[in-house]
Parts: sequence; C-alpha cells; structure tokens
Amino acid sequence: MKETLYSLDIGDFERLLTVIQSHFELYGPTVRDSAVVYEKVETTRDLPQGWVDDQAPGRYRLEKTDSPLFFGHVVGPQSWKKYLFPAREQLWSVKKESAQVKRSANPQKPMAFLGVRSCELAAIEVQDKVFSHGTQPDAFYHRRRNDLFIVAVNCTTSSRNCFCTSMNSGPKCNGNFDLALTEVLDGAIHRIVVEVKSKRAQDLIAPLHLKTPSPAEIAAAQHAVEENAKTMARSFSTEGLKESLQNSPDHPRWNKIAERCLDCANCTMVCPTCFCSSTVDTTDLTGDNAERWRQWDSCFNLEFSYIHGGEIRKSTASRYRQWLTHKLANWWDQFGTSGCVGCGRCISWCPVGIDLTEEATAIQEGQE
Amino acid sequence: MNPSTKPKLAVWKFASCDGCQLSILDCEDELLAIADRIEIANFPEASRQVMDGPYDLSLVEGSVTTEHDRKRLLEVRKQSRFLVTIGACATAGGIQALRNFSDVKEFTSVVYARPEYISTLETSTPISDHIPVDFELRGCPINKEQLLEVIQAFLIGRKPNIAPHSVCVECKLSGKVCVMVAEGTPCLGPVTHAGCGALCPGYARGCYGCFGPMNSAQPKSLAQQWKRLGKSDAEIFRVFHTFNANAEPFRSMEKADAD
Repeated sequence: MKETLYSLDIGDFERLLTVIQSHFELYGPTVRDSAVVYEKVETTRDLPQGWVDDQAPGRYRLEKTDSPLFFGHVVGPQSWKKYLFPAREQLWSVKKESAQVKRSANPQKPMAFLGVRSCELAAIEVQDKVFSHGTQPDAFYHRRRNDLFIVAVNCTTSSRNCFCTSMNSGPKCNGNFDLALTEVLDGAIHRIVVEVKSKRAQDLIAPLHLKTPSPAEIAAAQHAVEENAKTMARSFSTEGLKESLQNSPDHPRWNKIAERCLDCANCTMVCPTCFCSSTVDTTDLTGDNAERWRQWDSCFNLEFSYIHGGEIRKSTASRYRQWLTHKLANWWDQFGTSGCVGCGRCISWCPVGIDLTEEATAIQEGQE
Repeated sequence: MNPSTKPKLAVWKFASCDGCQLSILDCEDELLAIADRIEIANFPEASRQVMDGPYDLSLVEGSVTTEHDRKRLLEVRKQSRFLVTIGACATAGGIQALRNFSDVKEFTSVVYARPEYISTLETSTPISDHIPVDFELRGCPINKEQLLEVIQAFLIGRKPNIAPHSVCVECKLSGKVCVMVAEGTPCLGPVTHAGCGALCPGYARGCYGCFGPMNSAQPKSLAQQWKRLGKSDAEIFRVFHTFNANAEPFRSMEKADAD
C-alpha cells in the first residue's frame, strides 16, 4: 500500500498504545536493573523516556537525561527473540497410563512489539528463514510470528557498538512492519512522525483521526535518521569476508581469541539471530508423567557438540571459529543471508569485550 | 508399592557441614513422594532406623580429610550400586581444602590446645579422588531442584538434566541483566558451573562461584577483566579460593595471579 504519514503528540501516542492494546498484548522497552529490557508495557510512562545508553566493548551504562525522547536509547541486552523463540518452552507431554503424546498448546494473545529497531527487523527476518520458511516450519514460532504487530522505530542515535550501516540493515526501517515511528525534537516541541505500512495498521489507527505531518516535520524526521547513518562510529567491511573466513580454519588468530574468550555463551544468548536450542526430557518422581522442553543452547557450550564418543568441538578456539564462521559466512550458504545484523550486542555484552568486527577483520586481513 | 521392592537410599556424611544432606529434608512438598518411591534405608539426619546394605542409591556428602574416612569411603562404595556425590565438599574438597595450600601442622598447633590428639590428612580431597563416582552434583549448598532431578533420573534410569555450562546462560535464560557489563560489578558467573539459577546476579550481586568451575572455565581471562574493573591480585586470588579452591582450574589460579 502507499506510504502514509501521520504526526503524533504525546497524547496521540498514548491513545495509539491504548488502541494497540485492545487487540494485542503490548511489549516494549522499559528500564529494569540498569538496562533497557523488553517487557509488557501499558502506557508511555513505562517507556524509557530520557534514558540514554553508553556502550563500548564489554560495557553498557544507562543514564537518565532531561531529553523527552522515548527512544533515545539503542538496543539493550535482550532481543525480541525472547518472545518469538522463548528461552524455554514445553513442546509436549505424555502420561504413562494413556501413552498419548499431548502437544503443548502454549496459548497466547497476539503480540505487538513497540520499538523494534531496523537491525531487529532484520534479525526477525533472519529467524523467519530459520523457523518459518523451509519444509518443516516451527508451528509455535510460525503462529506467534503470523499474529505479530510490529511498531518499529527509526534510530536517530547509535551506540559505539552499532554497525547496521555496514550490514545494510539500518538505521532506517525497511523491512516488514506495521507502523514505524521517528521522534522529532524541534526545540521544546516533541513529535512523533508515524509511517503506516500495513492495511491492518491503517484500520487500527483510523479511529484516532491523526494529523498529517508538516513538510518540516517530515524533513526533520528524515534528516535525523540520515545524520545518524552518516555519523555511525563503527564500520565493518564485509567484502570478501565469507571466502576469507571459510578459507581460514587454521588461522593463528583463533587461538589468540581463545586466550580471551570465556566460553560463557553470552554473545550467542544476546544475539538476535542465534537460534540454537537443545531438547530436554523430564520425568517426575512418580514416573507417570514426562515432558519434552526446548531451551536456548549455544555453540560455545562444550556439551552442545557432544555425540556418542565425546564432544566434536573441544577447544575454545574451535567453538569461537564455529560461531564467527557460521554467523558471517556459512549462514549465506545455509539461509542466503548474513547471520549478523550489526546490532553490536555481542560486543557490548561480552564480559571481556571481544569485538566481533575486530576479530573478523583480523582474520580477513591475515593479522595474527 | 511393596516396601521390599523399593530402591534403598543411603545418605553418607564425610567432612562437611550437613547443609547438603539437609536439602533432602528441605524437599518438603516432594518428601512424601520420595518416600513413596524410595526406601530411606540409612539417613541418620532423618531417622534412627538404619537398614543394612547394600543400597541402590548412595548420596555422599563431604570430603576426605582423615585416614579413617578414607577407609570408610571404600566400604560405602562396596555397599552402593549407584553413588552420587553431593555438594562442593564432596565434589571439590570444600572450604576445608584451603589446607591443601597451607601447612596443616602449623594450623593444628595454633588452633588446638593438644595438637597431638589430632589425626588428620594433609589434604581435603573430593570423593572422586578415592573411589569411582557415578555422578557429581555441584553446589555449596546443592540446589534442591537439582537433587530432585538426580533422584528422578535415577528412578527412571536416565541421565540427569544437569547443565555443566556457565551461570551466564542461566542469567540469560531467565532474562537477568549482566551485572558485570551493566554495572561494572565483578562476577564469577562466566567461569562458574550453572545450577543455582543465577541467584546472586538476580539480586544485583556478582556470582561467588559456589558451584565451582564450569566445564570449560577460563578464569585467567576473567581475572584480567576483574583487574580492569579495579580488583587487586590479592582479591582475585581470594575469590577463586573459597568453597571450590581445590577444583581445577580455580586451583591453578594460585601461582598465576597470587604474586
């Protein structure tokens, strides 16, 4: 459909959240435990208004400012995969007496995500390829994803660990969303320019009778996002990267990274595209009831590559190589896309600050 | 179920504080179900009634610190079909393994009025240093849910679902924010074996390493980060030398970072 723009003041924004909640369970950014995390939100008061984050390798600090912006922060430790692909989920259960496998229903009200950044839209599309496309779509993921209503946000600021421009995933939202917001600040006047992309979004907001933005507001919104793209501090050259990673299994850099890598799996847990899981079968004390669960797992966990006879990837170097090479190279062969969307989470949330862009560049350039 | 057909459980104590075996009694809601499935045959903390061995499942708490205990342990193994060690004392030597880094004779001369009455080994060592062990359950103390899981797995004849990876994974699975990255709080989570459910980070504290080293722990790299966060070599030495000091690779942190 044709792109339609509206302009919201804070009251309109509040009404928008209300109307979304009449149809969806609304999740968005909120401040908890010194970070912006994704949780259930109800009003604009739940949002991290004025909070900004300072990020560097192995470092994330949140600070409250006088800014009226709701989305002046960038991405935090969590990603939307926590809702679409939950950390732990029951798949089925069975009772000994009936011997009938009961597929878990996991009923859920349709979800709406508020504040999805361009890199996160890209990440959701990557996980769509993993879970929803192909011959065996994941029924749980597929249903949640089909029902999902996305309110995206165009980033007008980025952290030192962001590199979406290098991964062609932002900062402007181009993927599949229903609404996209851009906050515009002109002196004391704070407005939100809304782009409507889907028919259902148009129908949803019709009763709000929103204003059309002025040409100046449209220009300011566009300018803010473009300026952000121009000033993004981190860049990462991916030209020839796939080949050089795939041709460097014995590069000495892998062992060097392994001296720093903690094997803790944080990078994979915070990565919005990492999709590995393991299945766990449980039984109770009576032995009459069994359940099968799926939970996040990681190629950094030694036991993840365990098969009969032992683990395949025994060294830290081999596990880091597996992760980086899969993410940036083999992913292309498997899914036709990079597994990295440039969000920078793995850099910020690595406890020792290992920088994926630095390591991949070193391999590519043949540094030791 | 006929009592005679139920598997027999025995609980054994070596050098320890009893906290781990009391976790069994702490299973209040599940205790009846346990007693329904298992004959509690030898558990002096719970009952004076002691049945003779052999036992189907032995839970062994505590470390080996005396020659007498070492011999007793061999007898326990003979009497046990399946033997599981529970807690940091049994799996790593416990806090009392700090003696392994010191002079025990000097300690006894300072602490006891009549040191000649003390008959003890120079070391405190895990049970698995002396006998084959079927499963080791970590923690100081152990986690009650994990103990139930081990018992359930034993009853059904499957491998217990006890993850050997880092506490970080538990933090992330439960949506907790990393205290090290977001607050600069030194945390042992990245090198520590999961099992507690990331208890301390959930209360904005760094992990203390109660469950000992995880299966691919890299404490040297973590120690470098602790230094960047302002911790001294002496403080770093100390955090690796608590309940699981004798477990590698925490044990080796002595020489590398203590000077």
